[in-house]
Amino acid sequence: MSPALIITAIVTILAAATVMSLRNLVHCALAMAITFSGIAAIYLQLSAEFVGFAEILVYVGAIAILIVFAILLTRSGESPEKSVLTSGWGAGIVVSVLVFTALGWAVLNSAGLPKAATAAPETTVKNIGEALMGKFILPLEIVGLVLTAAMIGAVIIALKEDPKTDNSGRKS
Amino acid sequence: MLGEQIIKGMAVTARNFFESYVSKDRLTTVQYPEERLPQKGNTRQFPFLVYDGDDWEKGLRCVACQICEKECPPKCIYIVKSKDKKPDYKGQPQIYPLRFDIDISVCMSCSICVEVCPFESIKMNTEFELSTADRFGGLLFTKEQLAKPNSYYQKVHPNDAAESDAVIASEKAKAEAKAKAAAEAKAKAAAAAAATAATPVPPATTT
Amino acid sequence: MGNMFTALDQIFVNVLHWLVSFVPEPWHPFASALLCISFILMVFPAFFSIITIFERKGIGRIQNRYGPNRVGIPFTKIRLCGFGQFVPDGLKMLTKEDIVPRAADKLVHFLAPVVMLIPVLLAYAVLPFGRKMTMTDYDAGLLFFFAIGGAVELAVFMAGWSSRNKYSLLGAMRAIAQMISYEIPLILSAVTVVMVVGSLKLVDIIAAQNHYAYGIAQWNVFTPWGLLGFMLFFIASLAESNRTPFDLPEAESEIIAGYFTEYSGFKFALFFLGEYLGMFAISGLGITLFLGGWTSPVSFLTWIPSYIWFFTKLITIIFVFIWIRATLPRMRMDQLMNFAWKFMLPLALINILVAGIWHFMAVDWQRWIVCSFLVVFSYVILGRGLMRGQKLGKRNYRYAE
Repeated sequence: MSPALIITAIVTILAAATVMSLRNLVHCALAMAITFSGIAAIYLQLSAEFVGFAEILVYVGAIAILIVFAILLTRSGESPEKSVLTSGWGAGIVVSVLVFTALGWAVLNSAGLPKAATAAPETTVKNIGEALMGKFILPLEIVGLVLTAAMIGAVIIALKEDPKTDNSGRKS
Repeated sequence: MLGEQIIKGMAVTARNFFESYVSKDRLTTVQYPEERLPQKGNTRQFPFLVYDGDDWEKGLRCVACQICEKECPPKCIYIVKSKDKKPDYKGQPQIYPLRFDIDISVCMSCSICVEVCPFESIKMNTEFELSTADRFGGLLFTKEQLAKPNSYYQKVHPNDAAESDAVIASEKAKAEAKAKAAAEAKAKAAAAAAATAATPVPPATTT
Repeated sequence: MGNMFTALDQIFVNVLHWLVSFVPEPWHPFASALLCISFILMVFPAFFSIITIFERKGIGRIQNRYGPNRVGIPFTKIRLCGFGQFVPDGLKMLTKEDIVPRAADKLVHFLAPVVMLIPVLLAYAVLPFGRKMTMTDYDAGLLFFFAIGGAVELAVFMAGWSSRNKYSLLGAMRAIAQMISYEIPLILSAVTVVMVVGSLKLVDIIAAQNHYAYGIAQWNVFTPWGLLGFMLFFIASLAESNRTPFDLPEAESEIIAGYFTEYSGFKFALFFLGEYLGMFAISGLGITLFLGGWTSPVSFLTWIPSYIWFFTKLITIIFVFIWIRATLPRMRMDQLMNFAWKFMLPLALINILVAGIWHFMAVDWQRWIVCSFLVVFSYVILGRGLMRGQKLGKRNYRYAE
């Protein structure tokens, strides 16, 4: 493990812990942006450039902004009075430890895991593009269809229901 | 088509840009300290005191009547009267200001002092480059700084100065005529007194 | 002769190698990175300060004024046509009081200008300033640029939210809405280049444009899809860098400079710097994608050093930015959104189609006619659609009785 990876990992985990422990939701969202950036940095250290940049583009540039906007449009600025530690936190810890153990066990015993570190495969953007356009064309198309449907749905929700009952006081 | 008007607008601004280098007439700005616009006839900034003759202390028209001090809306004038008297331009003995200060950081250039002055003594200056590094002492103008010769007034405000000169001249003439009349009356009275020296009559009162 | 020009062209690269050779071998990558970073940190802020003077003088001339023409070398009569103005400007900014509103979120308020500047400076890492003058030649360099640009929105939000000011928050909301809307045509117009060149590497994109036919360079902008793509890219980059006519987020007459209402002194200077550096970066990307990067427009001028071509093109683009700023009034929010979603986005999608047709048709005059027709036709039709229902002309005012 390189020192750079350790630093990035510590920053990422600390930021993730901050997301859970802060009271102010906007601060949480900003801390989450740091977490996303940390994950992107880890991808870059694994020389997975495309994934790393896509992580920044999608998560920092879009998802974080979306979360922040959702908070801003739905809640007032005051942070809640209650502590972040609610009554059920003991049970929560037990559940999370169990889930982590199960996941770790599954990962360590999975058949596909190489026992020794192998040379990283040369993954260029071209490879990813060819894979998306060749082998994985059907999933890509389905994702595109789902997203288009979601967008049309959003447009329909945002549309005015009846232009005649426009209450802006202006006659069209 | 979309964008046509944008191209037209861009052409206009481009012409402005290039022609401003070619023709000086397009530029409305004046390069101030080197180039100056002529001042308007009625320009007024802050008051000054007019004096006649060469010696400002002797020729100061102000008689410390303190009307301007009382009328000044922001109370920026401060006058101390003298105890002794000295003759004014008419030759009458008058008191004069020992101190005459104007705080130009307070003055609002309303020129009410000019309007109320009965002696054509305080007038408005056109000087405007009065910036100083000392904001207290530097902006408090004393009698020495305020005194300007009548020729200066004639230069900065020729029309007003002519009017003011005419007033002064008529005052002077009036005073002279009065003095003359008084002298004549005196002479007459003296003559009459001489003529009626024998008869005891009450002496003629000079007016 | 040719050797001399090659040496001149590569002077910065050679100086870098020479300087790096002084440090021990294992430190070479570190020293090289440090020198590259200091090069960017020196050149572009200096360029920024010069450009602010150009902007003030240029806008002055357009409005028939002189603009700043006084400040030169102190204690002498040399005035340098006012090009010393940036020194007092900068000093003024740096010596001003740094005011933080009492209700502000102190930490976020402090971090916002920093978060603004970091991605903007990072974006320079992939720009090729000249032949072999790229800091890091990422395989997905173009994606890196756009990804990093997305982080600017977060900084804008942080600034607007932490100030606890209505105007700041409104400005931030406007800025984010605008940036997200215009990022789509920006990226889609760049996609055409990626499609035709077949690489996300900026060096490869320049290499694909670096050949000449009849002595004229084969830049992407000299094709129908490239011209339309460049126009879309240019308009979107105006919006991305918050320049007039898309300067609604910082409209001083409506929302008092928007998200940096509550910033003063050094922090304001950082925002100002970040905004201009972002503008240079995105112009540099536009040059790389469509205007051939550091290549010369005609084959007989290839001896001029490559970085000179890059900076000449950059200054030209910045001048057009300034020119537009001095010409056009600010748009309204609904006009802005209509323009992005109803005009730029469909046009960008059509342009991708046109680029595909261009790529697969045989190299002769037919593809020119087909592609040009498609581009002009869609432009006219979409432009009409955008203008429809708008009453243009003299405005009728109604006054109170």
